[in-house]
Amino acid sequence: MNRNDSPVIEADRLTKRFDSFTAVDGISFCVGAGEIFGFLGANGAGKTTAMRMLCGLSQPTSGRATVAGCDVYREQEEIKKHIGYMSQKFSLYADLRVWENIRLFGGIYGLSGKRLSGKTEELLDVLGLEGERNTLVSSLPLGWKQKLAFSVAIIHEPEIVFLDEPTGGVDPVARRRFWELIMDASARGITVFVTTHYMDEAEYCDRVSIMVDGRIEALDKPSVLRDACGVGTMDEVFRSLARRAKRSE
Amino acid sequence: MNQFLSFVRKEFCHIFRDVRTMLILLLMPIILVILFGYAISTEIRRSPVAVLDHRRDDVSFKRIEQFRGSEYFTLHTTTGNPAEIHDLFRKGEIKIALIFPADGEEAAILSDATNPNEATALTQYATAILASPLPGAGPFYPTLMQRGGGVKAEVSLLYNPQMKGSYNFVPGVMGLILILICAMMTSVGVVRERETGSMEVLLVSPLRPAYIILAKAAPYLLISIVNIATILLLSRFLLDVPIRGSVALLIAFSILYALVALCLGLFISTIADTQQAAMLISGVALMLPVVLLSGMIFPVENMPWILQRLSDVVPAKWYIAGVKDVMIKGLGYESILRETGILALMAIVLTAISIKRFNTRL
Repeated sequence: MNRNDSPVIEADRLTKRFDSFTAVDGISFCVGAGEIFGFLGANGAGKTTAMRMLCGLSQPTSGRATVAGCDVYREQEEIKKHIGYMSQKFSLYADLRVWENIRLFGGIYGLSGKRLSGKTEELLDVLGLEGERNTLVSSLPLGWKQKLAFSVAIIHEPEIVFLDEPTGGVDPVARRRFWELIMDASARGITVFVTTHYMDEAEYCDRVSIMVDGRIEALDKPSVLRDACGVGTMDEVFRSLARRAKRSE
Repeated sequence: MNQFLSFVRKEFCHIFRDVRTMLILLLMPIILVILFGYAISTEIRRSPVAVLDHRRDDVSFKRIEQFRGSEYFTLHTTTGNPAEIHDLFRKGEIKIALIFPADGEEAAILSDATNPNEATALTQYATAILASPLPGAGPFYPTLMQRGGGVKAEVSLLYNPQMKGSYNFVPGVMGLILILICAMMTSVGVVRERETGSMEVLLVSPLRPAYIILAKAAPYLLISIVNIATILLLSRFLLDVPIRGSVALLIAFSILYALVALCLGLFISTIADTQQAAMLISGVALMLPVVLLSGMIFPVENMPWILQRLSDVVPAKWYIAGVKDVMIKGLGYESILRETGILALMAIVLTAISIKRFNTRL
């Protein structure tokens, strides 16, 4: 399936309009296999809309994009077989036990029988959650929930995983641990497409794009962006660009 | 298929883990049947009656004995003073009074008509007692009754000779329970997934949206079947309501109605943004019409034209009519074709609208 060396995500002048409001205004970018791609932008900049189009949840108004080689207009159902998705807003069903959540999402992503039970054990082992397998997810600490949610989102070894502000609300130590999981996944060849508000996290990305008012204003390696702006941190890069924004939430 | 089953299993986990909801789902039918069967009854028993007896002979004494022996009445007072009767009415101590004049073949019945239904029923019971022949004396003709040119009407009550209220409310309770459980639970369930954000995760997964919807509805359909069985068993063995028609037909018809209710739930989930809104809409917009316009309590035939037309879109009306035909009258499938057709049409229309709205909301 994987076409070697060709980008896993390719967007070309991708646009989404709602009536007269242009949420995403002709963005173009490529993401390579195994890359960690940071997708930054202030609230209302159009990140979520862009991500929904790439996940096959919403039809673009114009432009072109392929995800895992599938067209976002015609092959939305096919895209869903090649991606994983996790958002901060939802991390697992609180009234189900840890193993039930793993089994549920494994099942939904098409795993079954031995493969599912093998994956379940492996996942519990990697996360050190064997002792908690029968715990209700509602009584797990948030940091653990998010790690579990991420592992579940890639249980079927997708080509790409989309992370929508995955680390909201957890402390820096837990965030650091979470990013170790992301880097492991990337090392295994899973492409990571991640939105975040934390600029220290942007530093972990291979490349970042910064969206302002529906357009991509900057796209490169974090070090290149810092040098281009002549500042020391991604935080300052982001603030200098975001200041140009005309629209607010 | 495997994906679908993992999702259905998860839905059952949600239901079984929420003990309160679980109890409501399984106990509500039992409580409603018992409540309607024993506590809330439209039948009248042991109403206090006063007798103003000017006649004071063997005939009036025997009549009074009959009233004393009737399960519908209890004798409050026997008096010769008309003022006392009015006083008792004003105090609300009696519902009905009999007046035996000093001579003649007639008796008068006075009843407290502040509650018209009750007054009608009591008057009928009293009339029936007075019209029955007495050994050694002819029947009285109560002044309320027209003598009708000497034609004596022979009344037979078909299907429900004892005029039991339970023959009417058991189909009604089935109509109410199924719509509450299927529509309310499904709408709240779908809206909850949207509120927490899990719906988005599900939609991004390879699980097809139609499967998500089906899997959400399936457990409630199963619980509804359990509830139908509970209600039928309770009404058959506790309330002695017969099931005269085919049980299989009755259950198949109920499943069709449950499907309509599920579709209604899905439709509500596409208009409601929060779980509370879904609850409120299903509670007010579904329960009230079922109680008021389905014919369960108030006969629809006597309502103004506009309310009758409004009742035509209440699924429960057609369901209750069909259940009565099959269960109480013992009719076959040919007699409920119209009801079946209308319910099927409602299911199709609701599904079409819901799918359209569901897709545009993504």
